[in-house]
Amino acid sequence: MSIYYIYQDQKRCIGCYACEIHCKTWNSVPLGPRFCRIIPVGPKMIGSVPRQQFIFIPCFHCEKPWCVSACPTNAMQKRTKDGIVFVEQSHCVGCKSCITACPWGVPQWNPETGKVIKCDYCKSRIDQGLKPACVTKCTGKSLRWVSAAEASLLKREKFAREIAKFGVMY
Amino acid sequence: MEDTKSVYSICSMCTVRCAIKVEVEDGVAKWIEGNPHVPGLEGSLCAKGSAGLAFQYDTERPQYPMIRDGERGSGKWRMATWDEALDYIADKLKEITDKHGSKSIALVDRGGPFTDLTKSFMKALNSPNYLDHDDTCGKNTNMACQTLFGYGRTDMIYDWPNTKHIVLYGRNVFESLMVKEVNSILDAMEKGAKLTYIDCRATVTASKADRFLMIKPGTDYALNLALINVILNERLYNVDFVNKWVTGLTELQSFVIPYTPEWAEKETGIPAQEIINLARDLSDAKPKVILHGGWMLARYFDSFYSSRSIYILNTLLGSIETKGGLIIAKGAKDASKKPLNSLGTNIPDVKDKIFDADMPGKSLGTGHVVNIYKVIKTEEPYPVRALFVYRYDLIASLPDPEAQKKALDNLDLLVSIDVNYSKTGWYSDVLLPESTYLERSNIIGTQTGPKPAFIMRRQAILPRYDSKPAWEIFTLLAQKMGAGQYFPYKSIEDIWNYQLDGTGIKIEDFNAKGFVSLAKEAILMGRNDLKFKTPSGKVEFVSQTLEKNKFLSFKPYESPKKTEKGIFRLTFGRCGYHTHATTQNNLYLNELMPENVLWINEDEAKDLGIKNGDIVEVSSNGYSGKIKAYVTPFIHPDAVFMVHGFGNEIPMKTRSYKKGLNDNAFQIGQLELVDPVGGGTAFLECFITVKKA
Repeated sequence: MSIYYIYQDQKRCIGCYACEIHCKTWNSVPLGPRFCRIIPVGPKMIGSVPRQQFIFIPCFHCEKPWCVSACPTNAMQKRTKDGIVFVEQSHCVGCKSCITACPWGVPQWNPETGKVIKCDYCKSRIDQGLKPACVTKCTGKSLRWVSAAEASLLKREKFAREIAKFGVMY
Repeated sequence: MEDTKSVYSICSMCTVRCAIKVEVEDGVAKWIEGNPHVPGLEGSLCAKGSAGLAFQYDTERPQYPMIRDGERGSGKWRMATWDEALDYIADKLKEITDKHGSKSIALVDRGGPFTDLTKSFMKALNSPNYLDHDDTCGKNTNMACQTLFGYGRTDMIYDWPNTKHIVLYGRNVFESLMVKEVNSILDAMEKGAKLTYIDCRATVTASKADRFLMIKPGTDYALNLALINVILNERLYNVDFVNKWVTGLTELQSFVIPYTPEWAEKETGIPAQEIINLARDLSDAKPKVILHGGWMLARYFDSFYSSRSIYILNTLLGSIETKGGLIIAKGAKDASKKPLNSLGTNIPDVKDKIFDADMPGKSLGTGHVVNIYKVIKTEEPYPVRALFVYRYDLIASLPDPEAQKKALDNLDLLVSIDVNYSKTGWYSDVLLPESTYLERSNIIGTQTGPKPAFIMRRQAILPRYDSKPAWEIFTLLAQKMGAGQYFPYKSIEDIWNYQLDGTGIKIEDFNAKGFVSLAKEAILMGRNDLKFKTPSGKVEFVSQTLEKNKFLSFKPYESPKKTEKGIFRLTFGRCGYHTHATTQNNLYLNELMPENVLWINEDEAKDLGIKNGDIVEVSSNGYSGKIKAYVTPFIHPDAVFMVHGFGNEIPMKTRSYKKGLNDNAFQIGQLELVDPVGGGTAFLECFITVKKA
């Protein structure tokens, strides 16, 4: 796993798909492929209210990436300094092994170049001390750029608030 | 070394106009983000905002002035130079005004903070006929607000961050979205504010709400009358505020006696106990409650009274001019600053009256855009023969496109000024391409609010095509029409300097943040020192304006028209990533939603043998079309719904060409159907038949 993580606060996600467009415009992604995706789930009734969630799926930048192991040309690489998984375009031969290997369907086919492209957390922005495009401009500030350690803390804090809010005792 | 710069400006992908920062490299716009200095934005931008880059670098938009070279709407054009196109317009205008006078020219604008330019242009041409699009949007709400407070809709600013309970009537804040408002509401909810959402459809906003009330379409007014009934009966209102600031409480009390929650349950389908609970919850949270008065409320014949009843509820709960409620917008003067100088100051006043000033059977106010069709057709009270349409697509906006085109055929000149190929543009005699929002500067605008500010849209890049900014188009036109002495400007800086003269603010002051705040803190009137601009100076439940115009202050409730099996009320709205009819052809936004679908209730669909994803035929008055059905329990059985803005018929826009259906095309015979008091178009009085294709 890379040292970074994109945490999605479901309460603040309004399913506006802006993250996908922020990403596509920054990375000049052609029609078809999408580095990150919002997958809507629902709506369904939970008690007396309809509930719908929008699940944000970028690349997870795994510690042991299936895509890197599957790549025969060393185009798919993991950055040593921070674990970002990216494609070195000049090495990619378009064999699609990574597409088959990734359990989450993250590597994307670029129909214009016949090569694979994927989310690299906008690494050129990261190297300038900025955040990925999707996080920087998220409409409802649902996406947050955190360390993996912070992500677990955020999740715990959120859980604690939920318990307190509804007065449920465990 | 690359030549880079950051430019603060204002987005124009929709009409919310979020403040933006544009990064430019070697003359190319590379990145747009929300202005980091604006609370609630801090970088945030919606999908449409980011897709502004796809719009900017798209070839499928007007690239040069075009003069019609065939029948209206035939799509046959000839390319023209600016001189040629402007001379063509000026010559025609001279012919028309020689015959019919200058009042035979009209201009329909969209509206917004930069309209001083177009209003002054019309003044310079000596015509009173300036109109905006508000009849298709917030007019009913605006008029409702005026009759109660003497202030308009946009003068009542919602103080989301400090509120405790929000009530939205079909105001789908998380899809028909304003980025700053989205964040303010989410922040308030994080701090514990409750959200009640009322609609005939479960939108994304419904899925975030603490309470969702599925209401029978067209019965909001019934719900509100019952809420008022409970609040008065149980004495849940803010007694001090109401006693001090309201006229007509007794009349309201006797009016609402029959409108009990049990009665409303039969009308709305919302259980009486739910209505009582809502009234009590609102009372618990008062005065920090916001019942949204409506944004686009051009819907039913009683939308004016429905909106008025929402503002009455706010007043009863004391949420006016208080933190967490509705704060009256302040301008430069309220901040003890000199307002911007109007471009029209030195232009003589127009003596003629606007064409609908005394129109028989007219609704409140003047300048109703639907009346433009009446005057074109009847030539009463006088002929209007030339029409400018600026930034507004009349034909895509108002009902019944064919009826509109037929009326427009009576014009001697129709000019459209737009950044897009609009339906109206396509039907025009001359199409003038305005430079895009990234390519142009506008005049300075005032953003009124608790903390007023001057705002500036500033050119970030050079125009890609042969287009011009609005200030230059209208300046050149005025000059060609012999009114050049009123438009002496040679550059936008000339205009800005004139506007700012005497304010103590300079153009450079906009460099740091893109706007100049006129107040450090929110300006609130004292609770005992409120000023309402009504004749009585109070909140007029019984309105002198209404009574003077022979309208009722309290209109008895009338049930909406009943639907039959297989016939549905056609409702429409937005999703978070398309707006009006302007974004459907955008490379990236088209990819997100290339065509619309028809929401239909699952039980109704089952009876009609329609399954999710089936192609269905929808028809009304001889017009029909095919669309994919989205079968769901989350829409009221009386209604069907589609996202507005599809059904493009202009072949130049290839991605959206003939994709999806246009709701307006089904509103046949509805062009003059309006709320009789507010004047807003009654869009939702449209019924369509649905069957399996």
